Amino acid sequence: MIALDAVSHDFDGRPVLAGISLSLAEQRIGIVGANGSGKSTFARLLNGLVIPRAGRVTIDGLDTAEDVKAVRRKVGFVFQNPDHQIVMPIVSEDLAFGLKARKVPKAEITERIDAALARYGLGHLRERPVHQLSGGEKQLVALSAVLVTDPDILVFDEPTTLLDLRNRNRVAAAIAALPHQAVLVSHDLDLVAACERVLMIEDGQIAADGAPGDVLPFYRERMQ
Amino acid sequence: MTIGLYAAGRSWLHHLPAGAKVSGLLAASLALFLVASPAVAICAVPVAAAIYLSTGTPWRRLISDLRGPAVLVGFVFLFHLAFGSAEDGALAVGRFATLILLAGAVTLSTPVSEMAELVEWLLGPLARFGFRPEKVGLAIGLAIRFIPVIAEEYRHIREAQAARGLGRNPLALIVPLVIRTLKAADALADAIDARGYDA
Repeated sequence: MIALDAVSHDFDGRPVLAGISLSLAEQRIGIVGANGSGKSTFARLLNGLVIPRAGRVTIDGLDTAEDVKAVRRKVGFVFQNPDHQIVMPIVSEDLAFGLKARKVPKAEITERIDAALARYGLGHLRERPVHQLSGGEKQLVALSAVLVTDPDILVFDEPTTLLDLRNRNRVAAAIAALPHQAVLVSHDLDLVAACERVLMIEDGQIAADGAPGDVLPFYRERMQ
Repeated sequence: MTIGLYAAGRSWLHHLPAGAKVSGLLAASLALFLVASPAVAICAVPVAAAIYLSTGTPWRRLISDLRGPAVLVGFVFLFHLAFGSAEDGALAVGRFATLILLAGAVTLSTPVSEMAELVEWLLGPLARFGFRPEKVGLAIGLAIRFIPVIAEEYRHIREAQAARGLGRNPLALIVPLVIRTLKAADALADAIDARGYDA
């Protein structure tokens, strides 16, 4: 369960989120909003990348301000640009990165990498340099590198923005098949339409909260 | 020059531990600099080339990888020819060419993570003084990972400037490249944090 209690945040005095309180228990939660509305900051709160200036964010009862290490083990984060997320030069080395940070034994690392790559049919890319992959392959490798660490919750910050239609569909299908609770920040309204609950953020506040059938038409209207 | 990039394979060198390969490379370097015979140094070149090719690297790649170093080695030879003797030049060329090929064979057959682990192990004793060897390992991985990313950024900036009619201007290229690289570094630091790396 994700819970925000009177959360506010600012960057250098400029407010980006103001007094947000809510609980997120649904399997798929979509976040929409204009550029600069605060939705990426909202996503970053959930993994402890941003600690709120006021209020509390808790993940299954763990406060992101007090136990950020445990929170990051629970919440995996997939960034918009996989080139800024993939840390190591070879695919298998990148998947091993998060596991080594968690002190997983070497033999288990190999097994888990194989299983994570097999999930999306990426086994043939195991020893491939990352810079030789397509955009879609990179995004799936970035997702695999998060999944290999076995998080409970996944946060996606605009996961399909940089992809062509084929790769967008590939990544969307991968996200749809995940058994995890997932929070999707996206401008891709088809992706968000498949969520159970959608939040619309406007000027740092929740302007709409409900089923996609109710929130998305309102969002489209506001964006005119 | 693409020499020094790991290429997956199943050769005998791929199966050797990184420590053994680096030790072998060090021993070969020492031996080469102790040998003063140009004939021996020149004879070592085809042996080193054979070791390089034994990694499964095709001839064509060997030739393309060595184009850059060949220019450097050529300069070394000409320098010795001008200020020393042809024997000195042959000795220097033999030493350099052999070491470039052997170093290339080591890096072609050793994943960055293994090399980083070796460095971490070598620096391990410094941990008692508060030094974090794993940070050096991470830095090595990041440096190699980001060479193509920065090259791509350079290409984008160059194309954007060319599209707006700008000729080649080093300052106009370097400033946006540095800014973009710093932004990418910020994003990467977030990603490292998000993935649970305990800095």
